[in-house]
Amino acid sequence: MEENNIKAPCKVLLIGGSAGSLQVIFSLLPIIKPDFTFAVVIVLHRRNSADSALPELLSTKTLAPTLEAEDKDPILPGKFYLAPADYHLLIEKNGTFSLDYSEKINFSRPSIDVTFECAAEIYGPSLVAMLLSGANEDGTKGLLAVKKMGGTTVVQNPDTAQMPFMPQHAISNHAANHILNIRELAEFINNLSD
Amino acid sequence: MIEDEDIDILLNDLFDIYGYDFTRYSKASLKRRIIRLCALDKIPSYAELRYKVRSDEVYFKRFVEEITVNVTEMFRDPSFYKSLREDILPVLGTKPFIRIWHAGCSTGEEVYSMAILLQEANLLRKSLLYATDLNPSVLEKVRKGIFPLNQMKQYSESYIASGGIHDFSMYYTANYGQAKFNKELSEKIIISTHNLVSDSSFNEFDLILCRNVLIYFDKELQDRVLKLFDESLGTLGYLALGTKETLKFSAVQSKFKQLNREKIWKKII
Repeated sequence: MEENNIKAPCKVLLIGGSAGSLQVIFSLLPIIKPDFTFAVVIVLHRRNSADSALPELLSTKTLAPTLEAEDKDPILPGKFYLAPADYHLLIEKNGTFSLDYSEKINFSRPSIDVTFECAAEIYGPSLVAMLLSGANEDGTKGLLAVKKMGGTTVVQNPDTAQMPFMPQHAISNHAANHILNIRELAEFINNLSD
Repeated sequence: MIEDEDIDILLNDLFDIYGYDFTRYSKASLKRRIIRLCALDKIPSYAELRYKVRSDEVYFKRFVEEITVNVTEMFRDPSFYKSLREDILPVLGTKPFIRIWHAGCSTGEEVYSMAILLQEANLLRKSLLYATDLNPSVLEKVRKGIFPLNQMKQYSESYIASGGIHDFSMYYTANYGQAKFNKELSEKIIISTHNLVSDSSFNEFDLILCRNVLIYFDKELQDRVLKLFDESLGTLGYLALGTKETLKFSAVQSKFKQLNREKIWKKII
């Protein structure tokens, strides 16, 4: 029996990352079994509109559907959703996405904190949030919110991160339940499916 | 901590006392804005917030201004403006008179961008730009046409990327950290409050722009507003939405045809 079984089954897995996180995602995607039973929502700091081909790029790494999250889309299990560039990605109580063009948070839009905090309130213990490489403070507050509402938080081991600042900042603020290297992250995700 | 039920009560207050209906706005966004406002204004509790909003009309105005998102910029998404220049303005130019509606224009950066496009196409003299928003205070900024000078470098880059060939600084006068846009632009802008939730159509337009406003509405309200736009457009008029907004799955979808990759639709019926 896995220790995960004592927790509520995972409904949504959030992955947040900034500088140096795209390579981690690229190496994770092929190892994640495509029949996962939850939705994966990825929030990356990326340049506005410059890399609009990112969802297609991600789709070459996995058999599971990869989509850019659209306003009012329902969040469905078994799919990868990517936050669109230059919008904050919010989640409504009825399990749909909302986009928001308000002020940048932590110099970022999308901000990882915004999506994590929003999801924490809605999914509580059935939420898992992961923070990867980055050179920014974004994500720590979001992880703390996830933890507070009973969700599980995972942070990439800063030693394995191209930019250790972001994961280290989260760890220093006691926001991490687990600190894992890349291979362990994939294993962790594969064990989340029920 | 503010609960969802508290927000519902507050929204009912706004409607009962002031006639503003926010009940069909995206709850996730509203909640974030309200929590942000409480932190900004150091309001210690929900009860205190409710009391202030109910009893203090000046604070109510601030509340409405802060829970709605008023972030905008000039020539945002340059490829969109390029399409306006190349695909839309030449068609509008064949008309004797051009009426454009910027619905939910906020502080007006997009209205001034449009006025610049019209001037460069030599169409401004026969155009009128209607700029509406539900917040009277943001409209005051549209009227003045004064924007922060430190934004101009970025706006200038976007202007060039949209196909602009002039020195962007010819459109404003810099003073005390502010850029005041030229009078011949603002002269063609008609400003009025208009609430997309409750107000009806007030004219017939050749082009309606409503970018990054619908994302704050729920599906039902989106549909209602799109119907209002449909009623306010002349035949073969154009409707422009934000890059993440669509007419797809809406009730008026069949009456419109998307023009190109940009979020611009032409009314075909």
